[in-house]
Amino acid sequence: MATVAVQVAGGSDGIPLRLKLQRVEHRRTLGAFTLVLPVVLFVLIAFVWPIGRMMFNAIHDDTLLTLMPRTTSALSAWDGKDLPNEGAYAALVEDLKQSWAQKTTGVIAKRINYELPGAGGQLTFSARKVSTVSAGSYKAALIEVNPLWGQHDIWSVLKRGHSAYTGYYLLRSIDYQYGAEGQIVASPPQNAIFRDVFLRTFGISLGVTAATLLLGFPVAYLLATLPARTSNLLMIMVVLPFWTSALVRTAAWGVLLQDHGVINDVLIGLHIISRPAELIFNRVGTVVAMTHIQLPFTLLPIYSVMKTISPSYVRAARSLGAGPFYAFWKVYFPQTLPGVAAGCLLTFILCLGYYITPALVGGPADQMVSYFVAHYTNEDLNWGMASALGAILLAATLLLYYVYNKLVGVDRLKMG
Amino acid sequence: MTIYSRVAGALAVTGLMASALIEPALAGDQLTIVSWGAVYQQVLHKYVFEPFTRTTGIKVTEAVYSGEIAKLRAMVESKTVSWDVVDAGSNAWMMCDQGLLETIDWKKLGLDRAKFGDAGRFDCGVPGQFNSTIVYYDKKLPTSPKTIADVFDTKKIPGKRGLWKNPYPNLEWALIADGVPIKDVYKVLSTPEGVDRAFKRLDTIKNDVIWWTAGAQSKQLLADGQVVMTASWTSKEADKQFGTMWDAAQSGAPSYWTIPKGSPHLEEAYKFLAFAGSPQPQADLTREMPYGPANKDAMALVDPEVLPTLPNTPEHDAVALHMDQPFWIENGDELRQRFTAWLAK
Amino acid sequence: MQSLKMQHHALPVGGGALARQASEPGRASLSDSGDAFVRFSDIQKTYDGEALVVKNLNLDIARGEFLTMLGPSGSGKTTTLMMLAGFEVPTQGNIFLEGRSIQNVPPHKRDIGMVFQNYALFPHMTVEENLAFPLKVRKLAKAEIETKIKCALDLVRLGAHGKRRPGQLSGGQQQRVALARALVFDPKLVLMDEPLGALDKQLREQMQLEIRRIHEDLGVTVVYVTHDQGEALTMSDRIAVFSDGVIQQIAAPAELYERPQNAFVAQFIGENNRLHGKVVAMNGATCKVEIPGAGNVQALVVNVEAVGLPTVLSLRPERVRLNPAPGSLPNVFSAQVAEVIYLGDHVRARISVCGQDDFVIKLPNSEGLVQLEAGAAITIGWTAEDCRALEPS
Repeated sequence: MATVAVQVAGGSDGIPLRLKLQRVEHRRTLGAFTLVLPVVLFVLIAFVWPIGRMMFNAIHDDTLLTLMPRTTSALSAWDGKDLPNEGAYAALVEDLKQSWAQKTTGVIAKRINYELPGAGGQLTFSARKVSTVSAGSYKAALIEVNPLWGQHDIWSVLKRGHSAYTGYYLLRSIDYQYGAEGQIVASPPQNAIFRDVFLRTFGISLGVTAATLLLGFPVAYLLATLPARTSNLLMIMVVLPFWTSALVRTAAWGVLLQDHGVINDVLIGLHIISRPAELIFNRVGTVVAMTHIQLPFTLLPIYSVMKTISPSYVRAARSLGAGPFYAFWKVYFPQTLPGVAAGCLLTFILCLGYYITPALVGGPADQMVSYFVAHYTNEDLNWGMASALGAILLAATLLLYYVYNKLVGVDRLKMG
Repeated sequence: MTIYSRVAGALAVTGLMASALIEPALAGDQLTIVSWGAVYQQVLHKYVFEPFTRTTGIKVTEAVYSGEIAKLRAMVESKTVSWDVVDAGSNAWMMCDQGLLETIDWKKLGLDRAKFGDAGRFDCGVPGQFNSTIVYYDKKLPTSPKTIADVFDTKKIPGKRGLWKNPYPNLEWALIADGVPIKDVYKVLSTPEGVDRAFKRLDTIKNDVIWWTAGAQSKQLLADGQVVMTASWTSKEADKQFGTMWDAAQSGAPSYWTIPKGSPHLEEAYKFLAFAGSPQPQADLTREMPYGPANKDAMALVDPEVLPTLPNTPEHDAVALHMDQPFWIENGDELRQRFTAWLAK
Repeated sequence: MQSLKMQHHALPVGGGALARQASEPGRASLSDSGDAFVRFSDIQKTYDGEALVVKNLNLDIARGEFLTMLGPSGSGKTTTLMMLAGFEVPTQGNIFLEGRSIQNVPPHKRDIGMVFQNYALFPHMTVEENLAFPLKVRKLAKAEIETKIKCALDLVRLGAHGKRRPGQLSGGQQQRVALARALVFDPKLVLMDEPLGALDKQLREQMQLEIRRIHEDLGVTVVYVTHDQGEALTMSDRIAVFSDGVIQQIAAPAELYERPQNAFVAQFIGENNRLHGKVVAMNGATCKVEIPGAGNVQALVVNVEAVGLPTVLSLRPERVRLNPAPGSLPNVFSAQVAEVIYLGDHVRARISVCGQDDFVIKLPNSEGLVQLEAGAAITIGWTAEDCRALEPS
């Protein structure tokens, strides 16, 4: 009956029904798209593009290619076995002269220093002297100016400079580097810190996530079960930290945790300890301050899930013979898992990016990846390293999210 | 004469008034000067920026940074330089090296480069003041530190020490504490064994160090009792509040007035550099800041009472560790990398 | 009937006392709890220390009985159920299960099955896991658990759905699972708190019969809470009508319908015409009541005490006869039809009579139905027995 009606309706103006539906749907899709367009553009411009740009910086470095064009192109034919031929040396002399004139030697030296610590200084020295080198055997003259040019590894670095793309920064970020022959070798122990830093970043984030869960879960439960008046008051106390900047809160922890701070003074005053406990500029301070800042992020999703769990589930479990704890653990707790998972994921991912808090209340051995990103961006001006570390952190986070999705299922998350 | 001078005076006044009226409209007659903020910048404002505006009529817009080169680099690379003069510290050499600064034409400046001694050899700026990194300590300490070796001796003087989160002067100090004579420090530090030796010595106090990044932070740590002694930059308040130790105080790194490459107000910036490098403002600054004027002519204008607190007095100079800038330019990258890694371990 | 009325007046506050007499008229002493399966004894409950939600409740429930607590929301019926389940503590009084006080027995040790309004099926467990829950808690052997689950699923005709999660089942199916879960561990007593409230009408009626069947098959004692009088009438052995924290009347469905003891019960159970008047004469089982502006009505004495007191006459719409033969009924009045509604199996008419214009009559749609039209003048009448003189509430 319905089919007949539809056919009649579709046939009355000769346009197939499917087409009509498509048109209507198309118009609706277009309308919806117009609504989200500003947001899409904003995300593209303010998020996707810069991040893509940053990721690109991690593998893209054309310093040597653009600043030493002759040398790098002359080296493209070099087999990499013995020292390069006279032509390469001549090209080098030209490039060095030009760089000295254009004041780009510092940039080149810095780039060289990344891969061959100390060689940058020798390159600068050579560039200063290169005006004295005239035609003849450039090779001998350059080696005379600085023995660096008689070594194989500097040429290896320059040859790699022929490509605008380099794996150096990414390798360095996982404690590898190029060896003298261009092969990949482990970084020397005094520079091999990044695997530690990544592990530390994940370790601290995990610890803070666990701490916020342990502290937040009971509070969320109280909030969800207390009568509205009491729970509102408690809720204000929970979200109060949100209204203060993380910087101020972290500074406040400094006042509390320092050797002659409130906590130590009280503990000493009560004769619980005789000497100040070391609470700041170490892992303790870092985790405490981060936990404090992250607590609401873990707590609120759990709370919002708990709020939807009817008390009748626990009652049902009790009536079926389960004791209070058994009923809680087998019936209530599993239902809070989507909230627990959401809160923990949120906190964990936010923790991965922490910078200011460890910098203020942590010691040098508590600094996380973001600190090094900032360090390379601001102090060392090594933007390639900053990008590489950032890219690896991002990739690790996405990987983690993927695994998490496989295990828990993101569609089951409830943010509230 | 009287008539002429009166007419000239009237004309001058009219001209001044006219220019005063027009001035704000002329973007060319103002400078954006960036310095390090806090009390230091207030003093600069009082003794350098204001007198400069009074003398030249060029208005000064002040900004604050914390020494980060990244912002400057971004400006220069994108050719949108909004800073005209930058008060650079130890970062000056790197900025210059990276091609972020104008090379100074001393002839155009009208200052005698020789008056600045070694400090004047820098190509990209006019030296401002010398500031020493010295050691302040808690006056209540039973044993006060007398030498840099005491800073590295936690048995003799227990407690935390504050140090600047930077390879210099810590590597130098570590070697001096380890028995290297001050004059040989950079020779030793140029060898891989010397670097290892310095880090080894630093290892012995690694757990007793709190690393600071801003000068105010170091003094706060000492005032709070979080550390018993700290390396820091000299300041008038700290001189009163804490004990001072000048042994191996690191000097030789003056601040520099520099011009970012591509500054739109090059002429005015040169005028400012000439003014800031002249003896009077440099001497005036010492009234409130115990920094040594880089211009040797300024020393004669300094209040004799203030003189002993300055880093470049003969007594202080005799025990000082003069920072070897070329050494740090050449080896800075490598040592900084290693220092960063050492800290993170 | 007379004795009932007398009992009521002897215990003015005690709906419960009345209830007990109604069910077991022979039993006299409160302290004798030996033969009652569940006994509420002088139960009071307040949440805020001011208003009593349950006022002095006395109630006995027999083994194997299907007892329904019926009443509007806020009448105290659910609170009473929760006290029996152990989720609420009586402010005063005692509850006995099989003669033993369960005051200090926590809910999980009471061995009472419960079906909740929203079913409360554990969403993270399959149907089988839900059913296994009470059995695992009781540490039954695995084989026994499986057998019992199968039996329970068969009982509610859901044998094929054991592996599904509650979210994948329809409302009716979830209802059955909840029922099976409350029964699977062979509890002494099953409590049901408005279990069919969320179902549509047809399914609800089907489930009513299902529950009734299961009750009969298993012989389990059921205490059922609902605000739906039709549901209560369909399923119960006895119904306790709650209002304002007091049991107004407790009786078998037919008794309750036919002989409501007060105006509230009359109003709450079934449809009811109310005529306000004053007793002018008592004549044994019947009395004469004067309706202002309409004349006198002969009515059955239920709980009016004396001549001169106000009363409410309660008359079921279907007991009103249209155009009675003259002299065949004691009460005959002329009326005017205001509105007629055709309802298939019967016709409802709103008429004006005795100075009231919301008087409703129901006429079966049987052969020879007189056609009613709005505005028509008619005559109606009823017997004295069908018109119950009640104390005004």
